Amino acid sequence: MIAIIDYGVGNLFSLTASLNYLGAETRVTADAADLERADKIILPGVGAFEDAIRKLEATGLVDTIREQIAKGKPMLGICLGMQLLFEESHEYGLYKGLGLIKGKVVSIDEELKAEGRESFVSFAGKETLKVPHIGWNSLKFKEDEPLFRYINQGDCVYYVHSFYGKDCSAGTIATSEYGITITGAVRNGNVYGTQFHPEKSGQTGLNILRAFIDM
Amino acid sequence: MITKRIIPCLDVRNGRVVKGMNFEGIQDVSDPVEMARFYNVEGADELVFYDITASVEERGIFTDILRKVASEIFIPLTVGGGINSLEDFDRVLKCGADKVSVNSGAIRNPGIIEQAAKRYGDQCVVLSMDIKRVDGTFKIFAKGGRENTGIDAMEWVVNGVNSGAGELVVNSIDTDGVKGGFDLELLDEIAARVNVPIIASGGAGKMEDFSELFRHKGIDAGLAASIFHYKEIKIRDLKEYLKGEGIEVRL
Repeated sequence: MIAIIDYGVGNLFSLTASLNYLGAETRVTADAADLERADKIILPGVGAFEDAIRKLEATGLVDTIREQIAKGKPMLGICLGMQLLFEESHEYGLYKGLGLIKGKVVSIDEELKAEGRESFVSFAGKETLKVPHIGWNSLKFKEDEPLFRYINQGDCVYYVHSFYGKDCSAGTIATSEYGITITGAVRNGNVYGTQFHPEKSGQTGLNILRAFIDM
Repeated sequence: MITKRIIPCLDVRNGRVVKGMNFEGIQDVSDPVEMARFYNVEGADELVFYDITASVEERGIFTDILRKVASEIFIPLTVGGGINSLEDFDRVLKCGADKVSVNSGAIRNPGIIEQAAKRYGDQCVVLSMDIKRVDGTFKIFAKGGRENTGIDAMEWVVNGVNSGAGELVVNSIDTDGVKGGFDLELLDEIAARVNVPIIASGGAGKMEDFSELFRHKGIDAGLAASIFHYKEIKIRDLKEYLKGEGIEVRL
């Protein structure tokens, strides 16, 4: 059984449906006993970092999550759920994350500006890069990563985000290009995170979820 | 790099997909779940469903269809039609929609954009607009394109984005159903004013219309219905053609 952590953030319909479609048993839960019984844990999330980390802490599940990870149970954070794995976030303030992956969460917009790339230019002749980064982008991943064993280099995945993981090269296992190099997926041992939404990434996404189920 | 999106639009009435010419003479095409499967295999990047029914009982049929589609097709789903309140947002999001498109509901109550964006995030709120030229300026039309609201389209667009609309569907009534190409003049005007993704709608008749569209800055996606439904253009062929033209697409 895969436990999907329910902490009042985001819409879990597609995530649950996609895992069920692949034949996996799922439980959307905020109960520590379910996390203990589960074979794997998924930390979903959509919205703002501060609100999400507060709500996650309010469930009282953080210690249980750490215990289960220490036991070697695979965990996957998706989108904001991945960002929560980092040490800190700079989304409208400075907030502490779970610290399971080295690195921090920063604004795409500010990084594009720092690189001398305006995120949006309103006259013709220059490239326009909009924030949020929404849509299908090709994924470049590290060979031999189990999460990507069923997909091909360059396959497209679906992103919707305005912030991304930075200074996390040790844990980065996949990237996409968007003016800057966007951290697409991270890993620290049995803890995985994807910035993109595998449950919305068509067959490629299903193949990534299947690889997680097969771990 | 980020790819340009090709989006088939399915207007659903009484559990069936329909498409009109210039919004009139609606004709039955097919079963929405079947069509969603077909388009998913064809390589559609996203699906848009418009509920063009008004009655409460038919609304139930629509959400059943949505739930069925979202249980087996795992690409982004946008739902519109009859979205007037946060309860309407809630109803379709719970059935598997990722984004909710608001059109007449925002004309009646512009505050809904900000309320929905605050509750569900900007990325969830799509502002869909039917726009037509009236005496040389672009105006917002209501009721499926039948009624001129008198609202200036450019002001409406900017206010909508400032209120939290995370994406725009720009449907040109002037080019809709004519199959003579997208309304590039209108799209350029809008692209120069906003920094959210723009989905162009109305006027696609051949593959070259899409390559021309994507050469215009700031256009992220092309939406069409009848040319895809009647298989005049196959999405797979279109994307291969666009790739050959040097346009990034997901294949």
